[in-house]
Amino acid sequence: MADTIILEVERFHPERDTEPSYQSFEVPLRADWMVLDALNFIKDQLDGSLAFRWSCRMGICGSCGMTINGVPKLTCETLLMDFAPGPVRVGPLDHFPVVKDLVVEMDDFMAKLQKVRPWIVRKDDFKPQREFIQTPAQLEAFHQFSLCINCTLCYAACPVSGLDSNFIGPAAIALAHRYNLDSRDQGQEDRLDIISQHEGIWDCTVVGECSTVCPKGVDPSLAIQQYKLTATKEWFKSFLLPRGKN
Amino acid sequence: MSSAKRSNEPIVWFLFGVGGFFAAYFLPIHIMLYGLAFPLGLAPDPGYDKTYALLQNPLTRLYLFVLIMFCFFHAAHRMRLTLSDILNMRHLNTILAFVCYGGAIVGTVAAIWMLAVVH
Ligand code: SF4
Ligand code: FES
Repeated sequence: MADTIILEVERFHPERDTEPSYQSFEVPLRADWMVLDALNFIKDQLDGSLAFRWSCRMGICGSCGMTINGVPKLTCETLLMDFAPGPVRVGPLDHFPVVKDLVVEMDDFMAKLQKVRPWIVRKDDFKPQREFIQTPAQLEAFHQFSLCINCTLCYAACPVSGLDSNFIGPAAIALAHRYNLDSRDQGQEDRLDIISQHEGIWDCTVVGECSTVCPKGVDPSLAIQQYKLTATKEWFKSFLLPRGKN
Repeated sequence: MSSAKRSNEPIVWFLFGVGGFFAAYFLPIHIMLYGLAFPLGLAPDPGYDKTYALLQNPLTRLYLFVLIMFCFFHAAHRMRLTLSDILNMRHLNTILAFVCYGGAIVGTVAAIWMLAVVH
């Protein structure tokens, strides 16, 4: 087998280019290298102007997401060898504005995340004197949704988030669901107001790609469908008992 | 709760969801029995008279009405989403909703009419 592989990397310089283009680099094909190692090789040895994000190199920080041969993946967890003999195409995540090369603008996602209040909301002035006891079953209820690392691969994979930039999107809804299911939380009602709007859960057409690409085993699609059920129950309730606190 | 700004999508999603259940679990039984098994002789054919007698029971008619109505609305919702997203027709959403759900309503009314006139 060849001991090098060609990486076709998408390049875009906002001040110079009107369109992104691909640049090919020949990099060593090492058995223990991830795609991120190849990008770092390019940056260190071949072209220092290449821009991309990374930090932890262990699938925790969620910053190294890119499109590899058309599929959104964490580059620090994707073996280069899997694409031999190549070439491998590396581009920025789809559905996000590109800042430069492989770096995308995350502001819109951050704003959506804030909107759903992904933290424990208390309505009473509960001041815990000690740890809040949770049973294993109560933990199990939200655990998988708490594993999200905000890598936004699910946004890049979701065709609806590509069509409608207002869609709150998989990870934000999964995180809202994570706090709703937490026995310590009392913010369900506030979140429902945001999430049950059209741009919340109802924009989702159950394509399911978010759950397929998630590197942490989170199932945002499940969260959205469970949330649809809750929102529908609430809708019928407010329809039958229209005395709400508007 | 400020239900005012909430989407009205729950109603069509509810019809879609229940319709999905009927379309997945019940419709195949009918297709299997009356569409394949009876005509191909894989199961003893109850024949016209027995099927007709079964249809005389109001419960059968009620069941068929529920089955057909929910399946129509399931199909309508799926069609609307497929057309608006896959064919990129989101800007025509109101027209699509009108045509798809309108079609389901017409189908449902036709089913009621047929179930009512069969004697
Ligand atoms: S749900 Fe999964 S794919 Fe989406 S941001 Fe969280 S970890 Fe990434
Ligand atoms: S570098 Fe942190 S997840 Fe890949």
